[in-house]
Amino acid sequence: MRMPSNDSRTVVKVGLASCGIAAGGQEVFDYLAKEIGERNLPVNLKKTGCLGMCFKEVLVEVVPQGKNKKIIYGEVTLRRAERILREHLQRGRPIKEWIILGDGIHTPFESFFSKQRRIVLRNCGVIDPESIDEYLDSGGYQALEKVVKRMGPDEVIEEVGKSELRGRGGAGFPTGRKWELTRGAWGEPKYVVCNADEGDPGAFMDRSVLESDPHGVLEGLLIAGYAIGASEAYIYVRAEYPLAVKRLKEAIRQAEERGYLTESILGTHFNFQIRIMEGAGAFVCGEETALIASLEGRRGMPRFRPPFPATSGLWGKPTCINNVETLANIPWIIINGGKKFSECGIKKSRGTKVFALAGKITRGGLVEVPMGITLREVIVGIGGGIQNGGKLKAVQIGGPSGGCIPETLADTLVDYESVTSTGAIMGSGGMVVIDETTCMVDVAKFFLSFTQKESCGKCTFCRIGTLRMLEILERITEGRGNPEDLELLENLAQKVKEASLCGLGQTAPNPVLTTLRYFKDEYEAHILEKRCPAKKCRALITFEIIPENCTGCRVCALRCPTEAILGEKKEPHRIDQEKCTRCGICLDSCKFDAVLVK
Amino acid sequence: MNLAKVEAIIYKHNGERGGLIPILQDAQTAYGYLPKPVLERIAAELAIAPSVVEGVVSFYAQFRQKPIGKNMVKVCHGTACHIGGVEKISDALYQELGVDEGDTTEDGKFTVERVACLGCCSLAPCVMINEKTHGRLTPRKIKKIIKKY
Repeated sequence: MRMPSNDSRTVVKVGLASCGIAAGGQEVFDYLAKEIGERNLPVNLKKTGCLGMCFKEVLVEVVPQGKNKKIIYGEVTLRRAERILREHLQRGRPIKEWIILGDGIHTPFESFFSKQRRIVLRNCGVIDPESIDEYLDSGGYQALEKVVKRMGPDEVIEEVGKSELRGRGGAGFPTGRKWELTRGAWGEPKYVVCNADEGDPGAFMDRSVLESDPHGVLEGLLIAGYAIGASEAYIYVRAEYPLAVKRLKEAIRQAEERGYLTESILGTHFNFQIRIMEGAGAFVCGEETALIASLEGRRGMPRFRPPFPATSGLWGKPTCINNVETLANIPWIIINGGKKFSECGIKKSRGTKVFALAGKITRGGLVEVPMGITLREVIVGIGGGIQNGGKLKAVQIGGPSGGCIPETLADTLVDYESVTSTGAIMGSGGMVVIDETTCMVDVAKFFLSFTQKESCGKCTFCRIGTLRMLEILERITEGRGNPEDLELLENLAQKVKEASLCGLGQTAPNPVLTTLRYFKDEYEAHILEKRCPAKKCRALITFEIIPENCTGCRVCALRCPTEAILGEKKEPHRIDQEKCTRCGICLDSCKFDAVLVK
Repeated sequence: MNLAKVEAIIYKHNGERGGLIPILQDAQTAYGYLPKPVLERIAAELAIAPSVVEGVVSFYAQFRQKPIGKNMVKVCHGTACHIGGVEKISDALYQELGVDEGDTTEDGKFTVERVACLGCCSLAPCVMINEKTHGRLTPRKIKKIIKKY
């Protein structure tokens, strides 16, 4: 094992996963690097991954020299960085009002972490994802060493079996069982594939893990390969994740250099190599047989199962396909034991689940919770509830394959079976929180238009049925719906589910079915009253200006993209309904509550 | 059309099983899009039917058969962005650039595309320009950003 370094300088870490970079993290990092150099400060500036607090990006962590107490600053801009540099790093005076988390400091954000249990995300936002040394210092590759030197493949599978870990890609198949099946299947060579084709809109768990702890996934993949008896692996990553690809490639290069990913790994007979395949933008390739077709260089169309990939997968050979999050759990399970893992969570759903919290939530980000927690605890306890004091209406879980769970069922437990019983699915972990200003028919239409576009076209019901369903939803949101439409919609939804070959078609109607089940009144308002209760559907609303409130400031008139707002300066304006496209920009830009939506 | 680049790419992937998609990806990076002569050459070199190559190209959203502008603008239409009002952002963008979804501006500076999800949901609504993601956008902010390119 490596010795910990003797570097006693103050450590400053900047969160540089995609969300941190999008919020301006790279600029903050570059600025700090330049200034620290110029001012000759005894500071060790580091990159790190995603801590999960996306709502407070850019995050800068300071661990002062000689102390083991960290302080995390949120919403750091270049100006704030300058003051942190001047006051905290140069004079040793932390800037209290910007601290969002700190050892021994109480902040309103503590509850964001106190309810979490971090196994998959153990290194995310803690180590530098581009440094294998930091991964090694945090106990990395020890699980691999333990496995190749002291455990037989069957023992590894038994340990994973004991953990009762289930596939985190959505379907929840027991991982140990999958490994056992692939190991026992006839045929050589065998392959392991890491499914990192995270296609669900609203989900970014895998991206964050790959960007923040790529070695953790590689180690999981290596252990899977050893257990199954494979010496080749592929990681199938979405093309939309350039940073994840870059960090994975770098991690593979480092692991090869240090002898963790090579021939005769750590002096044993175990050989392994990992290749990266970038997806080419097809949602259906998240389905395992479609993914295999894509890896083979063909159109990514699913095929009938059985045979399952465990017996006949890539190039017709036994192939084990595991999701990123599943694999990231493996090193922890090997080190701490399957039993320890199974102590977390509840019966049938052990361990933790990572969720990407987004939508109208106060604290959007990446969270990892023990299975068996309630949805409400995740949304309110960790996520801080709805933005701007709004009211929770529903939560959408499982992306286009999942469903909308209404507020009345917010005490549903997070476990595979409970979530499925609501009509949604656990899915990969996207959790989009919906408030009263969101139209549920529009949400259903949104997901269906996605699956309809992404249908590969193989099965008639998925290809045409989803299109017909979408047309009905479009009709309803445009105020041309008929009372019979709801029955027709349900009928079609059932047929699409039954007559589709793969998960895409079988689950595509879920968003429609769950909204029909829990929000039928909204559909009826659109159809019978030609009214959109959330005031979202453009064809069913009008914008008006309340003359008493309007100060004639011209802001809305200047921002209106179609120049539909008329009136002189300092005089109440009015809206030309012919020109108005109901985009709502005037509503957002008015500071005097003078725009009314009807 | 200069086919030397695609020949070098095919050579690089020589003998790789399932190499068609990586070859197409590299070719697209080299040419900016996938012109017909390039596809024909790939089909000939790999000894597969041009229709099979065409089938793969048309299946995946990433592949383009039309040239693109200097800057690639990808507007995220993921769930969080949809709920966060990305439509206003795309309206503002199309208005500013005078194009529609999937089009390239007349001066060849921008191509605007719609994508399913960039995975930056907590910063919704967001847009990716080349490889940089811009989050927490407003119609005014995107107009300002686009002017910098």
